[in-house]
Amino acid sequence: MTTTATTPTRTFRFSWTDSFLWAIRVMSIFVIVWGFVGVIALGFEGNGLSLAAWKQLTIAGLAQGSMYGLLALGYSMVYGVLGFINFAHGEVFMVGAIVGFFTANALFDAGVWESNFILSILIVLVVAVATSTFTAVIIEKVAYRPLRNAPRLIPLITSIGVSFFLQNAVQLLVGPAVKSYPAPPSWLSDPINVLGFKVPGTTVLVVVLATISMVGLWLFVERSATGRSMRAVAEDKEIAALMGIDVDRVIVTTFAVGGAMAGVAALLWALLFRGVSFISGFLPGIKAFTAAVLGGIGNIVGAMLGGILLGLFEGLGPNVILRGLAWQIPTALAIVLLIAGAAVVFGGRVVHRNGIVILGASAILMGVVGVLGITIVIPGLSQLKDVVAFTALVLVLIFKPAGLFGEQLGQEDRA
Amino acid sequence: MNDNLKKWLPWIAVAAVALIVIVIIAVNSGGDDEAAATTTTAGQTTTTAVEETTTTTVAETTTTTEAGGGAPEAGPLGAVTVAPGEDIQIRSVEAISGDVAFLGVPNQRGTELAITDYGPIKGHNVTIGTPLDDLCSAEGGQAAGQTVASDEQVVGVIGTSCSGAATAMSPLISQAGMVMISPSNTSPALTSDLAGTPGENYNPGYYRTAHNDLFQGAAVAEFVFNQLKLTKAAAIHDGDPYTNGLATAFKNAFEKLGGEIVAFTAVNKGDTDMTGVLTEVAQAGPEVIYFPIFMPEGGFIAQQVGAVAGLENVVLIGADGLLTDNFMELKATEGMYFSGPNLDYGNNKSEIGTTAADFLAEYQAAYGEAPSAAFWAHSYDATVLLLSAIEKVSVELDDGSLFIDRQALRDELTSTKNFSGIIGTLSCDQFGDCGAQRISIVLHEDSSDIEKGKSNIVFEYSPGG
Repeated sequence: MTTTATTPTRTFRFSWTDSFLWAIRVMSIFVIVWGFVGVIALGFEGNGLSLAAWKQLTIAGLAQGSMYGLLALGYSMVYGVLGFINFAHGEVFMVGAIVGFFTANALFDAGVWESNFILSILIVLVVAVATSTFTAVIIEKVAYRPLRNAPRLIPLITSIGVSFFLQNAVQLLVGPAVKSYPAPPSWLSDPINVLGFKVPGTTVLVVVLATISMVGLWLFVERSATGRSMRAVAEDKEIAALMGIDVDRVIVTTFAVGGAMAGVAALLWALLFRGVSFISGFLPGIKAFTAAVLGGIGNIVGAMLGGILLGLFEGLGPNVILRGLAWQIPTALAIVLLIAGAAVVFGGRVVHRNGIVILGASAILMGVVGVLGITIVIPGLSQLKDVVAFTALVLVLIFKPAGLFGEQLGQEDRA
Repeated sequence: MNDNLKKWLPWIAVAAVALIVIVIIAVNSGGDDEAAATTTTAGQTTTTAVEETTTTTVAETTTTTEAGGGAPEAGPLGAVTVAPGEDIQIRSVEAISGDVAFLGVPNQRGTELAITDYGPIKGHNVTIGTPLDDLCSAEGGQAAGQTVASDEQVVGVIGTSCSGAATAMSPLISQAGMVMISPSNTSPALTSDLAGTPGENYNPGYYRTAHNDLFQGAAVAEFVFNQLKLTKAAAIHDGDPYTNGLATAFKNAFEKLGGEIVAFTAVNKGDTDMTGVLTEVAQAGPEVIYFPIFMPEGGFIAQQVGAVAGLENVVLIGADGLLTDNFMELKATEGMYFSGPNLDYGNNKSEIGTTAADFLAEYQAAYGEAPSAAFWAHSYDATVLLLSAIEKVSVELDDGSLFIDRQALRDELTSTKNFSGIIGTLSCDQFGDCGAQRISIVLHEDSSDIEKGKSNIVFEYSPGG
């Protein structure tokens, strides 16, 4: 009571939040290293997944991820320009996929799907892209433009409303059942050999088409005049308008381009999974939004790579990390880890480097687990893929809060 | 930001006021009986004066009963009196939105058609009012259950579509003294283990025309072990109580027979890429995979399984959730087996004379499409069962009103024996299992001929005949 305005002295202050964060760091490093090493060790012991299985998971993750990437572009671009999350973007994708389905079905009934598949998917592509683009533009004009100057939360909530509206409208119009695109011809769906990977041709086509679209979009944004105005509007709407840029036009273009990418994603979905229903846009939309955040929202390259990374996390994550927990750490190694860990923790404290202390603590934890002979076998591993993917996401964001490739936001958003 | 807020404030205020007005109007017009119920409770807790002045339906009920003279005494669960010219109120609670709507919509339509076909009961029309949604979830069942239970005029409910929703709804309906008959709940927990022990979610007043999962699990195990002579099986569910329960029932029955479950795993609803789960299953080397799940996840599994190393020749078995046109039209489903209620209804006639063919023609004419799921007949039979039970126990009073005793209705339903339905002969056990309990396994060979696939029975299982 008597001491006033104390000088900042180095006192040990215990905080639950800090210790919790520390524990999380130690645990996550421990689990990741144990799982990772374990999965390799299990592989050598012959109890792990076969090489073919790993390749399969990688390819599947890549294909799924490129779809997330395409969708993530729509979220990221709109966020970059307008600063809100367009939650209806998943539904823009779904509408394209549904209309594409009816086109594909008509082509199939006419016999074109089988006689001239390339032409058919080109037609479906054009229809899906046109539908999604049109939907996105209409949404912008009807639902978001009147709210241009409203607080940021209002268009966000509107977008959730639009999303429900589109879902229910499609359910009413075409019914609740899942509709399946006609199967691609066998010359496409049969596995082919790519760089030692036996991959279904459809998957290759999906990855190639996604890559082409992404590169195309990147060139459009970085090199074209319209792209330049988009970046200018994203940076500062008012100054862009002063420079003679038609802001409304640019915003519509942004929605249109995002919609077009969703249309491409719709075609890829049709090739890869084939089943669509009015609810198909919801989860991919959420995942794609996550991918956009993972890559750094507002950042186009980030959205693409974030999508692919999320797909890989989902595909490989449960198997890379969780499967390895079934590996028992050998006792000898455990004892070494205990001693080395203790030394490292001590060393870390001496040089005041928290990172080193965390590493040491993780090693001690591994040692304890090894000495006790604990193994964890998780039943139904792949059910946890979303958990693993989102945990990975949270970890990435803890270490890099602005996403892997950094956010790219305008003046107002940074403020 | 502040300026923006100021600009919007009046509008927000207007919107809020409008919302309040709408809510008030909705409560006053749509919820007559709800309002009545609340005032009655208020009356009980405060003064009797309120009771005298309010003309609630409950009050009317009692006065007419007394005035009618010779009216039967209401049983322990109370009774419903339908005034002259009024409709008999039943409710439909099905999954009519969301991704299970394909199941709930035909269920609800089955009920509607049954009401039309049955016609009025002793001069009173039957109505389901506004169809309610069970959302295929416990929350949905809870909400719908509260709505129904607060309406004293409701006699019974047809629903729910999903076992998960029934778990929450069944206690509410039971406490309100009402009855519910589900066309498509199959979870053993809702009725009994078939050996005399009530399930953990059994409540009196619950009935169903769907089969109990335990039958289906046992049927599949029997089929795989004894007819296909396979001993290593994998089961995949999607975390839903229905699919989990069925997969577990299969697992237990299969292990009891001496088979080995090499993998028991799950997918998430909404998953599209099944490579992960299939790789995991392939690692265990099963000869057969039983995946009693739904579209679209079931479709993704069927289409992707061929590309996974080690699963090229595995036998696939789905359940009734996949006995749908949009799944069976997939080329990848050729050669698959399906377990499910015996859908070969032949010339089975419902108590009111309807056959499956009649129903399907009527359905096509009314809704312009074929039913998208397999439980329409169960729904039709459930409705006819309820209506004829109401007809039997209801008593016409002198003033033309209809008196329905709730306990009598339950007793009538529980004692159902050899009731003709489209699905077969219905008999209720003491825990509400009224289904025909005929499980069949069909082999689907040609994706362009779905009807043949649905009726190509390779194995039949009906314990107790």
